[in-house]
Amino acid sequence: MSTDSLAGLTMPAGPAKRPFLEVKDLTVRFNTDDGVVKAVSGSSFAVERGKTLGIVGESGSGKSVTSLAVLGLHRTRSNATVAGEIWLDDKELVTASDEEVRKLRGGKMAMIFQDPLSAMHPYYTVGAQIVEAYRVHHKVSKKEARVRAIDMLARVGIPQPEKRFNEYGHQFSGGMRQRAMIAMALVNDPKLLIADEPTTALDVTVQAQILDLIRDLQEEFGSAVIMITHDLGVVAELADDVLVMYGGKVIERGPAADVFHEPQHPYTWGLLGSMPRLDRELRERLTPVKGSPPSLINLPSGCAFHPRCPYAGRNGDRSFTESPELRGGVHAVACHLPAEDRQKIYEQEVAPNL
Amino acid sequence: MKGQESMTKAAQSENLLEISGLQMHFPITRGVFKRKVGAVRAVDGIDLTVAKGETVGLVGESGCGKSTTGRLMTRILEPTAGKVVFEGRDVSHVGNKGLRPLRRDVQMIFQDPYSSLNPRHTVGSIIAAPLQIQKIPTPKGVKAAVQDLLKLVGLNPEHYNRYPHEFSGGQRQRIGIARALALRPKLIVADEPVSALDVSIQAQVVNLLDDLQKEFDLTYVFIAHDLSVVRHISDRVAVMYLGKIVEIADRDQLYSNPRHPYTVALMSAVPTPDPARRNSAQRNRVLLTGDVPSPINPPSGCRFRTRCWKAQDICATEDPALTARLGDPESHQTACHFPVAEDEVVAGRRPASSNA
Repeated sequence: MSTDSLAGLTMPAGPAKRPFLEVKDLTVRFNTDDGVVKAVSGSSFAVERGKTLGIVGESGSGKSVTSLAVLGLHRTRSNATVAGEIWLDDKELVTASDEEVRKLRGGKMAMIFQDPLSAMHPYYTVGAQIVEAYRVHHKVSKKEARVRAIDMLARVGIPQPEKRFNEYGHQFSGGMRQRAMIAMALVNDPKLLIADEPTTALDVTVQAQILDLIRDLQEEFGSAVIMITHDLGVVAELADDVLVMYGGKVIERGPAADVFHEPQHPYTWGLLGSMPRLDRELRERLTPVKGSPPSLINLPSGCAFHPRCPYAGRNGDRSFTESPELRGGVHAVACHLPAEDRQKIYEQEVAPNL
Repeated sequence: MKGQESMTKAAQSENLLEISGLQMHFPITRGVFKRKVGAVRAVDGIDLTVAKGETVGLVGESGCGKSTTGRLMTRILEPTAGKVVFEGRDVSHVGNKGLRPLRRDVQMIFQDPYSSLNPRHTVGSIIAAPLQIQKIPTPKGVKAAVQDLLKLVGLNPEHYNRYPHEFSGGQRQRIGIARALALRPKLIVADEPVSALDVSIQAQVVNLLDDLQKEFDLTYVFIAHDLSVVRHISDRVAVMYLGKIVEIADRDQLYSNPRHPYTVALMSAVPTPDPARRNSAQRNRVLLTGDVPSPINPPSGCRFRTRCWKAQDICATEDPALTARLGDPESHQTACHFPVAEDEVVAGRRPASSNA
């Protein structure tokens, strides 16, 4: 269905070998009383071990739903339908049984959630929760698991891990809680780590610490990391490849340097133009994207971005009637504008204002 | 005599708001008799003046007392000690009745557009409330006045009868702004007005605040943790840490030449949206260790010393005064014994990994 190829991203291209995680034409729909929520439509991407993929988008763009689908967390929801293929280390997850996915979850693939206070159980100590996560996947005694948990707490930079082991989530500060959460996710040496807005609730100085930690741990364990965030700065810090999502679709995909230096989609231009930057001269005015993100129940016809796109009318009716496909090899974009026009617009109108 | 008098008047009219020695200690009580066992020193002695027409940015991490300061400025809270002077009138301990006129001149925009609007009231009645309470004459009727306000903040005036839940986050924040503008205030204290919004919406609201300031000659106190948004909007910026201002300066001065180690660390922690500069950014980053200490029991002397890489013995014993250091202009004040010089090589406690 999709004409693009995943080859050429920052991964060794081998015809026989499948990337460590490959998602193909993933589609997630939720049936609600108000209608069908098209949370994710036909998104494809891949991550290799030791690499980081950044998924950027505003709230409601489908970035979290994508990651939950990889972990198989929509399975328990009766109103959700997941279609497409998710290949993790040559195993297909969409068609796999619940039991198989449950064995992988927390073991081979783990997740760091945005709000560690609500992601942790208030009734159990932090240590007990890490021990539980470890013992689900390893046949070890409680004592051994405890040693492992304390070791993990120390590894993520929590001072006095023996004492902290017996404390509850609410006794931790925001940054420490997020560290404990990371320790819990990493306790089984996951090969795939999904971080869903891991630093959004944190202060900048703590955010810098946590990003540094994730980077160090990735180097040490060689995991594949998917970093979901709305903060382009965080993505630029960590990601090797970037995926920009809008209205449940991938609208731009490419190596981080390309997406940041030669962004192709008008929405990506808008995102970059919206944020004031400390590393640039002060601008008199920001250049935001007009309007607000679409409802996923009632997506605009054609290109979902057309109501907010300043260049929508340039191709006759195509933007309003035909949904653009993700095209273009390494640095792919889903836009009806011809590549030359986009290049010209970016150089003349957009780049000077960034 | 006369000349002197007019001069003091001129000085007064320049400074819309003056706060001095301001403290807010929230008591911690225990037991049936509410015995006081301690206090959270949320704001612990700050001085700040806000001149007419300027925008003062207040930045700091969570728990540094910036929101409490905002609430003291609007007199939602009554200070434990110190003074809040608005247009030459001391309003620090004025009661509800005396605050009425202040409420007309000072308004607040809140962070969370979901909890700051009453879900049972229509947008029309939310925005009309200040007009009715203050008995402001509306020649064309209340409805017309409200619809003008809606138009002003970029909302459809026909949505007058809708409820807050029918609007998106950005639109709700616009409703909050319309409500704050209803009384044509002189000073608006905006407490993290854009941090709950998506990036593209954030820029819209920042631009709106900019336009409104030009149109109505507003004075802003802009409270935020996002250093890049504060830089964009402010004329002067104050950096707070644990209840105190550690550095205050004109915007360009502060961002080009930060003096306080905390300001330096804060700025270097902001991620740069440029993958090409990621390595150099990481190398130059000052990584602070640990967390902000508790404001119940702040460290002695300089409060930042527990996380500071330049701390020496004097920092534990003597609280540094907020004054101009290293030949800075009078407007650039730093509270540090060992301010960071321009050409100083700043290094965090831990060197960043060589190849990340």
